[in-house]
Amino acid sequence: MSFRIRTGYEDDLRLFKTRESAIAYGLLLAVLLAAPFLIGSYFLSQIVFVLIYTIVGVGLVLLSGYAGQTSIGHAAFLAIGAYTAANAAKYGVPIYVYLPAAALLTGVVGWLVGLPALRLHGIYLAIATFAFALIVEEILARWERVTNGNEGMMIKPATLVGKPLGESGLYYLCVFCTVVVVLLAVNVIRSPTGRAFVALRDSETAARSMGVDAARYKTFAFALSAGMTGLAGVLYAHKLSFISPEMFTLSLSIEFVMIIIIGGVASIRGAALGAIFMIMVDPLLVLLKDGLPGLIGRISGSPLLQDKASVLLSAPGVKSLIFGLIIIFFIIHEPMGLDGRWIKLKTWLTQFPFYRPATFRRQKMYLKSERGR
Amino acid sequence: MSYLALQNVSIQFGGLKAVDGVSFAVEKGQIFTIIGPNGAGKTTLFNLISRLYAASSGKIVFKGEDITQVPAQQIAARGIARTFQNIELFDNASTLQNLLVGRHRHSNTRFFEDLFFLPRVRREEVEHRRAAEEVMEFLRLQRYRDSLIGGLPYGVRKVVEVGRALCVGPELLLLDEPSSGLNVDETDRMADWILEINRRLGITILMVEHDMSLVSRVSDRVVALNYGRIMAEGSAQEVQSHPDVVAAYLGA
Repeated sequence: MSFRIRTGYEDDLRLFKTRESAIAYGLLLAVLLAAPFLIGSYFLSQIVFVLIYTIVGVGLVLLSGYAGQTSIGHAAFLAIGAYTAANAAKYGVPIYVYLPAAALLTGVVGWLVGLPALRLHGIYLAIATFAFALIVEEILARWERVTNGNEGMMIKPATLVGKPLGESGLYYLCVFCTVVVVLLAVNVIRSPTGRAFVALRDSETAARSMGVDAARYKTFAFALSAGMTGLAGVLYAHKLSFISPEMFTLSLSIEFVMIIIIGGVASIRGAALGAIFMIMVDPLLVLLKDGLPGLIGRISGSPLLQDKASVLLSAPGVKSLIFGLIIIFFIIHEPMGLDGRWIKLKTWLTQFPFYRPATFRRQKMYLKSERGR
Repeated sequence: MSYLALQNVSIQFGGLKAVDGVSFAVEKGQIFTIIGPNGAGKTTLFNLISRLYAASSGKIVFKGEDITQVPAQQIAARGIARTFQNIELFDNASTLQNLLVGRHRHSNTRFFEDLFFLPRVRREEVEHRRAAEEVMEFLRLQRYRDSLIGGLPYGVRKVVEVGRALCVGPELLLLDEPSSGLNVDETDRMADWILEINRRLGITILMVEHDMSLVSRVSDRVVALNYGRIMAEGSAQEVQSHPDVVAAYLGA
């Protein structure tokens, strides 16, 4: 076991709490930077998707995990970022201009979406954001002059000072953006703004009595989260090089919410873990679909059963079903997500053999004032 | 002119007059206690002063300023802090973080400064932490510094809430049943702290309390409330022996 001895108020404000964690994150960054030289293009593009999902996840962690506001409309923010990029690229605007501009624009839209959040809570807010996502989807399909409607849009490959960015260039851009977004998020969390978010989440009444302006902070949380998602949208558009309205549906928004449920709702690291999980699920599902029927056939010795299994697994709703099961599993067995698992594992290792399983047991609380609401 | 004055304050929820034409004045430096049976309107009165409720009529004047229309989030900036009857702490945050939220009115940084954690944010953070640490030392909360509130015993949470209110740096402290749910020892310690906050830090205290021994030990002045109206006002002794108060408590 180790104890951290603090000798000044600055100690809690550091970016890295210990030297070990600074070294660990440094190594991670080094690996990420070296990756294009080490691995093939398939894995590289998987990492790009992980990074994009991480950015969205970080945005959602700030909004849902810290500020306590629900959103199942984040696909719409991604779409706004993506379409902004597609249009800007069409007119030859350089990427270093439209990347921050798209984030800013999406942030403003997010601020507007945050306004109803001042009056709505919980499930009602979720429905409001869902409605917003539907409206955006409809606009994307109908506003053909800008979005090219249901035919979708090709995105010109990004160029930097005249040279095409290329596959590894886009990868490095994603790494850069992820690092920036994570740093901004960590800054918010350790500053008064982050504390105001937490205060609003846990007790709005008390927060207001401490002088926290609920309206300002809620709308800012929405703007910040949307801005990050818009930034991810630009990268997403360039990664896919083709976008169309049916890519930004409810199911994508739900995938985003899954990132933070699986990763851990109030943790930046959790967002990254959740993103890795969500990207890995697809290849695993394919593996399952290909391998499982054969296995069943071999075990049971009946080709009929094998056929049935294969039909069942290729049914259109199977992916959603499995996603649903995963969400339920995590909510019941690990509400703190993969990040919670990680923390428990670390504690187990540092305290071995004296680890007490009750350390992380949740306490039930019954007293909560309903007054003044 | 009095420090905090309520002038004919009323609030109505539908047909129910929860507070009905209440007037009283708290002088600077006093410990002023409101007592009364359940449902008398004591907490409602607190919510009116901290502007969580809007008064239907009447005026609330603090240091010569009419605060009847001031938004709730600006009350702290006027120097009024409060605790809640059933504890409204931020459960998934540590004691330190809870106290730091109390410092919110003292932070002047803007969103973009926080986003980039500019030097000014760092400077102010250090200042907030120093202030919070002082309050923790005052209330002996250091050993709970990094524990999550959700895991702390009720008695400690009650003290943390007082600490959070002190971090606001108030001139007027509203304590809503500081001893509810505390055992005899804890109540005794709470009484000591209330006196110390009043005498040493010079903070005027307005409190709602049921424990009569605590009330008579600390209060300079007591008001008894029933059905939203004032029944009696005076010293703890006077109010306690007032025939209406006895009747309201014992039912006559």
